[in-house]
Amino acid sequence: METLLQQIVNGLVVGSVYALVALGYTMVYGILGLINFAHGDVLMVGALVALQVVLFLQKAFPLLGAVPTLLIALTVAMAVCMALGYIIERTAYRRLRNAPRLAPLITAIGVSFLLQTLAMIIWGRNYHSFPQLITTTPLQPVEGVFITPVQIIILVSSALLMTGLILLVNKTRLGRAMRATAENHRVASLMGVDTNKIIATTFIIGSALAAVAGVMFSSNYGVAHYAMGFTPGLKAFTAAVLGGIGNLGGAMVGGVVLGLVESIGAGYLGSATDLCHLPSWAQSASLIETCANGGSFELLSSNYQDIFAFVILGIVLIFRPTGLLGERVSDRA
Amino acid sequence: MKKTLIALAVLGTTSGLAQAQEVVVKIGHVGPLTGNIAHLGKDNENGARLAVEEYNTKGITIGGKKVKFELVGEDDAADPKTGNIVAQRLVDAGVKGVVGHLNSGTTIPASRIYNQSGIPMISPSATNVTLTQQGFANIFRTMANDAQQGSVIGKYAASKLGKTVAIIDDRTAYGQGLADEVEKGVKAAGGKVTSREFTNNQATDFMAILTKIKAQKPDVIVYTGMDAQGGPMLKQVKALGIPAKFVTGDGGCTPEFIKLAGDAMSEAAFCTQAGLPLDQIADKTFKDRFKKRFGADVQIYAPYSYDAAAALIEGMKAANSAEPSKYLAALKKVQFKGVTGEVAFDEKGDTKFGAITMYQYKAGNWVALK
Repeated sequence: METLLQQIVNGLVVGSVYALVALGYTMVYGILGLINFAHGDVLMVGALVALQVVLFLQKAFPLLGAVPTLLIALTVAMAVCMALGYIIERTAYRRLRNAPRLAPLITAIGVSFLLQTLAMIIWGRNYHSFPQLITTTPLQPVEGVFITPVQIIILVSSALLMTGLILLVNKTRLGRAMRATAENHRVASLMGVDTNKIIATTFIIGSALAAVAGVMFSSNYGVAHYAMGFTPGLKAFTAAVLGGIGNLGGAMVGGVVLGLVESIGAGYLGSATDLCHLPSWAQSASLIETCANGGSFELLSSNYQDIFAFVILGIVLIFRPTGLLGERVSDRA
Repeated sequence: MKKTLIALAVLGTTSGLAQAQEVVVKIGHVGPLTGNIAHLGKDNENGARLAVEEYNTKGITIGGKKVKFELVGEDDAADPKTGNIVAQRLVDAGVKGVVGHLNSGTTIPASRIYNQSGIPMISPSATNVTLTQQGFANIFRTMANDAQQGSVIGKYAASKLGKTVAIIDDRTAYGQGLADEVEKGVKAAGGKVTSREFTNNQATDFMAILTKIKAQKPDVIVYTGMDAQGGPMLKQVKALGIPAKFVTGDGGCTPEFIKLAGDAMSEAAFCTQAGLPLDQIADKTFKDRFKKRFGADVQIYAPYSYDAAAALIEGMKAANSAEPSKYLAALKKVQFKGVTGEVAFDEKGDTKFGAITMYQYKAGNWVALK
């Protein structure tokens, strides 16, 4: 039982990071119909900038304390990523807004490579260890289930950020302008909405969330690296598609579902497909030796962790081509 | 017409002069210079580069001509497809020998290309057993292979550290091959493998598989893969409160691993290296020369990469020719004192003096166990 609970905790932590990044993909897609492949690399820039600031503060102001250091680093990282998001939109996407869809997609991939290469030049090829500012000594809320303070912070702060974003999009003037731009940016501009500004704002908000996700990722795993944005970027994109790309709620649901599926899949796929548990198979000549003394013959093991997640994605898309929450187009932002 | 003749004449004299001065012999190096183990690729390349530069200062003559060696570095990004492309590029560029590649997964497919073109290839770090068992006459390596390493890890884990062992590998040719050998070693020592789990060489989150392992309560967790995954993995072992000892192979036996695992490092962490520790290699000044030239610490296999490049050059010297077809026979018989110790190859191309060293983490460093 505690193993299952632990797997759920694992899944929720990973899932909430995916969800935060997925929001960035889905907001941009909702407004522009563009998949911003450079988004994962904005996460990387956020993490590495935060690392740089933390190292600087630790050297220059050693008495500052862990929490203020991390908060200052986070603020700087968010500011840098917001500027970066604006620059990316301005230089790489704005001029291509009316070009065929393939063109901005290619520039998106180009921007992704550019950011990675720049980060490699600036921060080098090595893995950097991210200072552990918040204790990693695990707590046990339930006997046998471990959760670190960093993971608790990740869960709480991503829930807060997501609620904040939903409120922003649904309750504020800016949010209304964003929704209007998403529905039809020509009509929105005729109604007096400065769509260029709204689109830039969308990129800025998405990049700020990516910066937060990057700092969370690095504090949790203790690493930062110029290529670290690729995997979370890909997973978050999957999560956005799973939840229904363009839909804010969908991105969150998709992220959490993907995290849980991966974690439970990796944890139980092996024993669920263990042929030694099936009496008729276990007695067969070819397996009797393998299964003796509590041995196992796992048909599918954690080998298939990633495949399992994509199989789920495939099944969802067959039955709901627009994703889990994809049909609520009016909510796009 | 007259002009052309003069031009030809000038051309003739300059190339004649160049020949009299020195001949450039190109030696290739391949390793991942981008991607998440680029730091290890650069380490290998620097090892080979130092060898080439030091031999150049000695002023070597081959076939009566003064020779200048030139290292052509290529990046395979630890990807087998890219590895094959750059291998072909080196062959086309006319290199006379290759040091590399770094990963077993890229070296094995690329070795076929070098074999077809007859160019000697010496890997300083690809430890998978298969590499030298393909019947290729021109493929060598300068450190021990995974059969030796895996059996040392397996036996040590199952006899010194506990009885039950969980094995995780990263599904690369290296990780998988080494994990298989570890499993054999554990069984040979009378231990039990509780489970084999898998991840990949891009992953950073291992909580799910570690939670599964935790439920089986093994005494030891063995990870066969690179430091980039191993360090964060050990951190997560601690975050889940797993009391097992942690052993990793040569891919994790780096200073980088210690940095990445941070405060999760304890005396319960072990690693092996297919070779000698840096302070036990024959050439005591290597470490400082390396640091002085590149401003970086040796990660793992730079000394073995140095010796791989040195072996190619020693082979050329012995045969008095830089032509692969002529010096290959001499390379097979070469024996000299390299920076790691004596260098010589057996009939398969494996090193004759392969050593395996077991390390334990103590007070901030990997410390070699006797």
